[in-house]
Amino acid sequence: MSYQIPRFRHPELPVNDLGYTKADYEGSISTLCAGCGHDSISGAIVNACHEMSIEPHKIAKLSGIGCSSKSPTYFLGNSHGFNSVHGRMPSVVTGAAMANRELLYLGVSGDGDTASIGMGQFAHVARRNLNMVYIVMNNGCYGLTKGQDSATADEGSASKKGDPNPFSSIDLCGTALQMGATFVARSFSGDKRQLVPLIKAAISHRGFALIDIISPCVTFNNNAGSTKSYEFVREHAEATGTIDFVPLSKEITTDYEAGTVHEVTMHNGSTIHLYKVDENHDPFDRRSALNTMEEYRANDTILTGLIYIDEDSRDLHDVLQTSQRPLNQLDETDLCPGNKMLENINASLR
Amino acid sequence: MKQLSSVNDFVIKFANVNGTGSASANNLFAKALFRMGLAVSPKNIFPSNIQGLPTWYEVRVSEKGYLGRRGGVDIALSVNPQSMAQDIQDVEPGGYFIYDNTKPLDLRLLRDDVTIIGIPLTQICNEQYQDPRQRQLFKNVIYVGALAALLDMDFKVLTGLVEDQFKGKEKLVLPNIHALELGHHWVRTNLECPIGIRVETRERTEDRILLDGNTALGLGALYGGATVAAWYPITPSTSVVDAFEKYAKRVRIDPGTGRRNYAIIQAEDELAAIGMVIGASWNGARAFTATSGPGVSLMAEFLGLAYFAEIPTVLFNVQRAGPSTGMPTRTQQSDVLSCAYASHGDTKQVLLFPSTPKECFDFGALSFDLAERLQTPIILMTDLDLGMNDNMSEPLSWDDERRYDRGKVMTEEELEAGTEFGRYLDVDGDGICYRTYPGTHPTRGSFFTRGTSRDEYAVYTEKGEEYEKNMLRLMRKWETIPEHVPAPEVVESAHNTDSAVLYFGTSEASSREALDYLAEDGIHMNAMRIRAFPFNNDVKKFIERHKRVFVIEQNRDAQLRTLLMAEFEFGPDRLKSVLCFDGTPISARNIRKQIKGHLQGGNVTPLHRHTAARGRGEAS
Repeated sequence: MSYQIPRFRHPELPVNDLGYTKADYEGSISTLCAGCGHDSISGAIVNACHEMSIEPHKIAKLSGIGCSSKSPTYFLGNSHGFNSVHGRMPSVVTGAAMANRELLYLGVSGDGDTASIGMGQFAHVARRNLNMVYIVMNNGCYGLTKGQDSATADEGSASKKGDPNPFSSIDLCGTALQMGATFVARSFSGDKRQLVPLIKAAISHRGFALIDIISPCVTFNNNAGSTKSYEFVREHAEATGTIDFVPLSKEITTDYEAGTVHEVTMHNGSTIHLYKVDENHDPFDRRSALNTMEEYRANDTILTGLIYIDEDSRDLHDVLQTSQRPLNQLDETDLCPGNKMLENINASLR
Repeated sequence: MKQLSSVNDFVIKFANVNGTGSASANNLFAKALFRMGLAVSPKNIFPSNIQGLPTWYEVRVSEKGYLGRRGGVDIALSVNPQSMAQDIQDVEPGGYFIYDNTKPLDLRLLRDDVTIIGIPLTQICNEQYQDPRQRQLFKNVIYVGALAALLDMDFKVLTGLVEDQFKGKEKLVLPNIHALELGHHWVRTNLECPIGIRVETRERTEDRILLDGNTALGLGALYGGATVAAWYPITPSTSVVDAFEKYAKRVRIDPGTGRRNYAIIQAEDELAAIGMVIGASWNGARAFTATSGPGVSLMAEFLGLAYFAEIPTVLFNVQRAGPSTGMPTRTQQSDVLSCAYASHGDTKQVLLFPSTPKECFDFGALSFDLAERLQTPIILMTDLDLGMNDNMSEPLSWDDERRYDRGKVMTEEELEAGTEFGRYLDVDGDGICYRTYPGTHPTRGSFFTRGTSRDEYAVYTEKGEEYEKNMLRLMRKWETIPEHVPAPEVVESAHNTDSAVLYFGTSEASSREALDYLAEDGIHMNAMRIRAFPFNNDVKKFIERHKRVFVIEQNRDAQLRTLLMAEFEFGPDRLKSVLCFDGTPISARNIRKQIKGHLQGGNVTPLHRHTAARGRGEAS
């Protein structure tokens, strides 16, 4: 069953630049388990889109199959959504993005949907640098089928009913980096302060932006012995630094010590400020990003924050040189060469 | 020995090694005959290999204008020792075997009922050319020149064709004409010309063109307004997207900005290809993919989604011989059932069956209108024979007044005016509902597309009655589809008859020819060509008004017959099968033989013997 959230709100909810309240970005009430990390991520998406004043109908949210992929029903109710086929969201987004370059494409997936059945499409959408935000709600298990280990479950990690997982885990950030993703971040559903600016930065990035978000499964994988539990992640997460998102029209008001801050101008004119913690980590260098990730992993630490960004990213539309006018707005006059050309073709075939 | 003798009526089969450039020379030969005004049908019979294996090229010329495969070989031209023993066996008694006699013929291969003609092709080449690649390529051109002399072809047509083909590469014109002359001259000097089989100029081709179905399909997609093509390479469909791209580069690139009004994506597999098509179509673009049987199998899950979520989807299936990898470079019509009911659950898919390049173009363009009007997948079923061979066809044409039918799409204005919108709400009673493109209106008209059950307003539900209601509406929509798709074509016999044949796609030409043969023997039959599924009710009536109906198709399992039985609930006695599944196009002689076999009794042949016998057919 799906429910509508009552449209009953405080009369003076703050509005954004477009005059929308946060309620205009919400969806149906969640049917996920109480305490599910995914709901916090939905909330962060709502906050990010509201604060960035994106018109809700200019977003398309697409997903595969699984608990994570159900979540798009629970945010952005005024956006078109597409709950597609297990592991195949990337191809559907690719087609959609080709049809209309003017929408913002938000893909939502899970660890099973991405790292197992959808591994091929995940790798290739990263490689094509499709202009999209790809959110993985990563809980290391298959929730809807009652808790089997997924391919991102760490070796030795045990879910509620299971034995310790004997297989090595797939690191989606590492995979994305190797496949050519141009924006790679990791976060934790319990850390909204980090997550919201990361989502905003991902939205502003032109190209493939992955945010792998550890999002504990309270029902099947939140027990002692699991490396995807709230407790474990809180104890073992370490951030690359903090990140501030500054929209185009806003003045920069925060003042951090000079020298520790990287200012990055995004494609849509907004800015992000990166405050690095680790001197050895260069988020603009793919190799450094990979090395840093490996080091943290070796120390049983989960590296969160913005791991890599390519400021000069060329997205798939750039590569294919598609028209600036969205392809779905073209009609006969733009597309059909007419009978005259056919007559010439006929003549050449005689 | 009685030699075969005819004017403008023969089958010649070239036996070559693949990768040696023989196909272009053979095509030159066929096109020259076409330019002489003759009805010609070339068929390339090639291996799944790039270089070194036997490959054949059959050209049929028909004074009566028949375009299907006749069966039998009157002239074999052999430049491949690997297959020589079989090639000489295939020649009809009284026929001709032309070979490269630089090396003497193995005496064991000799036949006394065939005229053997030796031409020292290798020797001529070795004397003329030093470069090994030139020797290989020009050997083919030399035998075309030789044939021109043997068959009394108009040599000027050949040289004119070479000039046209190498327009822009003038350096190649003279060497090719020289090679033609070498062969021509040698034959004129050393042999008696022409042989019993010869050609004369006619006016049989009228305004017709010589074109492969895949190029016609690519053009159909271009004219039909496709902007997104997503595909994965697979024989024999690859040239569909190649053709689309070739012409899109000519007419869809803005000369000022270099920006393109199309996007072609070579996907990582067929699953992704169809996913991209569905995503693009969902978002209001016209999109298509082209594939073959194995690709359709991979796309099956997505086809179920497109059927159930009602997303326009265009898929061109260029069929080949299956199952599995089967014979990937040979032709069949064997995906009828897997496409008609593609995907799990209760699904039915719309199929279109073109039989000429002109229909590939027309149906190709029509697919996009149908997909958007009916909001469901349209699977266009062609095959290797039609797709990859040059077929003589009516010219292509387009009505410049024609507008695309974008189907039921609710606009921003309608939403703003307060028109009720339910994505799966049937307001017109035809089972087809309004959709909205993403991004249409800030607060109205958004919905959630899903493969799960939902109510009329696209809200998830597992209520059995809602699910049933939706499935019944889909059935209501299905029942309206025959009004929209191409209707069957009937050819009535001049005589009263209670016998008939049914066929579709590339079986048409051979079937029509076989009916003429049968009529000469006093067996008269009506004919119907099926052009789409779901079947029009006329198909049912046609079957019912005949006592005996033969279904002609190119697969083992009589798939169209099964589909007719399932959809119309005919008993198994109602429809007899005429089948060919050896990977070559069905021939007129084969059809005649099978129908005669049925009519002369033997109706109670046990199924397994029956099936086994079909596989052998005759030298089809």
